[in-house]
Amino acid sequence: MKLRAAAAAVALTLLVGAAAASRGAAARANAGTVHIKIHYSTFAPGSLDVEPGETVRFVIRNTDPIDHEFILGDEAVQLAHEEGTEAHHAPRPGEVSVPAGETVITTYTFPQTPGELIFGCHLPGHYDFGMRGTVTIG
Amino acid sequence: MRNPFARALTLTILTAIMLTGAAGSALACGGLVTPSGTINLLKTTTLAAYHEGIEHYVTSFEFAGDGSEVGSIIPLPGVPTDVIKGGDWTLQRLIIETQPQPEATGVQFLAADSAGRAEVLLEKKIDALDITVLKGGAVEVGNWAREHGYFLPPDAPEMLAFYADRSPIFLAARFNAERAANRGVQTGQGTPIHVVIPTPNPWVPLRILALGRKDAEVVQADVYLLTDRRPETLPQAERSKGFDENQRGLIQEVSEPASSTLLADLRSDRGMKWLPESGMWLTYIRINETAANLKHDLAIDASGYGRPSPLAAGYPAASGAAPWPVIWTVMAALVAVAFLMVLTDPAVRRQAARVFRR
Repeated sequence: MKLRAAAAAVALTLLVGAAAASRGAAARANAGTVHIKIHYSTFAPGSLDVEPGETVRFVIRNTDPIDHEFILGDEAVQLAHEEGTEAHHAPRPGEVSVPAGETVITTYTFPQTPGELIFGCHLPGHYDFGMRGTVTIG
Repeated sequence: MRNPFARALTLTILTAIMLTGAAGSALACGGLVTPSGTINLLKTTTLAAYHEGIEHYVTSFEFAGDGSEVGSIIPLPGVPTDVIKGGDWTLQRLIIETQPQPEATGVQFLAADSAGRAEVLLEKKIDALDITVLKGGAVEVGNWAREHGYFLPPDAPEMLAFYADRSPIFLAARFNAERAANRGVQTGQGTPIHVVIPTPNPWVPLRILALGRKDAEVVQADVYLLTDRRPETLPQAERSKGFDENQRGLIQEVSEPASSTLLADLRSDRGMKWLPESGMWLTYIRINETAANLKHDLAIDASGYGRPSPLAAGYPAASGAAPWPVIWTVMAALVAVAFLMVLTDPAVRRQAARVFRR
């Protein structure tokens, strides 16, 4: 019996370890704050989960020697920025420029309805390069 | 070309082509960075000659005109001892030597977080070009470029790191619009430069040609090598299918002893006296590859041992195995503890003893 119990303990250890190793890539807002790192023109993490109506403080750190942006919103917002002509604009909730080597903070309250939003950078060529991520609400 | 008259005629034609600005040896063998973010897709031509431990890197920068300032960044394998104006016909003479020439008219030569700062090693003005040789990591060089008005596309941070990890030396070149106007430089007109780099390990930057380009875009470039011996390269160039424009990759079009007439013509150009009169090997590699597949540089072993450096080509170091994730270390420790617990359990040991007695 003890052999079986020991084997079960080993199996459980493996199971817990494997589950921890294969933890999903989507990050959760931790106490209302999400740290996002921009490196090689890529957001990390690239996907987030938030609760409906949650207010999240985004701390965005740009490690690249080039400027970036963090624009959070739906497809229409992304399109407006992709086609827009604003090189820089005053910070709005969820919309900030992130100069090279700097860290900026923006706070955003998500809608009450479940859905998905996008965050991206719309400096020339950056969005096409793949500089975007998703936020799942709900 | 053994006929002196033919040689003189060739040089005359070359000079005429350059004066009319029709010979576009085009952009330098570097990443083009423009204020508007647009990337010019012309072909580039470069000579990388290696003799007595010194790489002579000759390339040409093309003026984009319209008052805009176009810059280019070239990673270098070492600190150059000099940057001089390149010869007037070296690149064009190599093209004539190695590529089929049209017989009739209509000739067209296709032409971080770190607060550290890049160290400026050398500054030079060559005609309308402002040349700066920089030493620094990817972030430092990127910061310098940004602060000096260069536009860097989104793939630049990773690209600069790819080079800075191997050699922290970069050459930045940009046309000064005012000097270009004063000198009457025409749009499309090239300014050759000649970089003298002592290095035991020559290589030609190729991956930087894909900077700012979409994966499917085709990068075209002509790379000429002049070496004391027949060189081995990495990646190895493919065998040519006869100047087939549809053949993709790094294509070796010519590999032969450099003719005495070619060497004599090149030696007669500005700054080319270092070239021996004989005994050099000419290799012409045509680059015709999509940006997505142009992931490495051209490492050259000119020693005759046939061992080009994978590191110089930008391949990861052999010892660069992926780090063992912490979670697996924890798991391995837990499994080991559980195994020991099982082994030390008296009931288990009795049962095992019974099994072995059978």
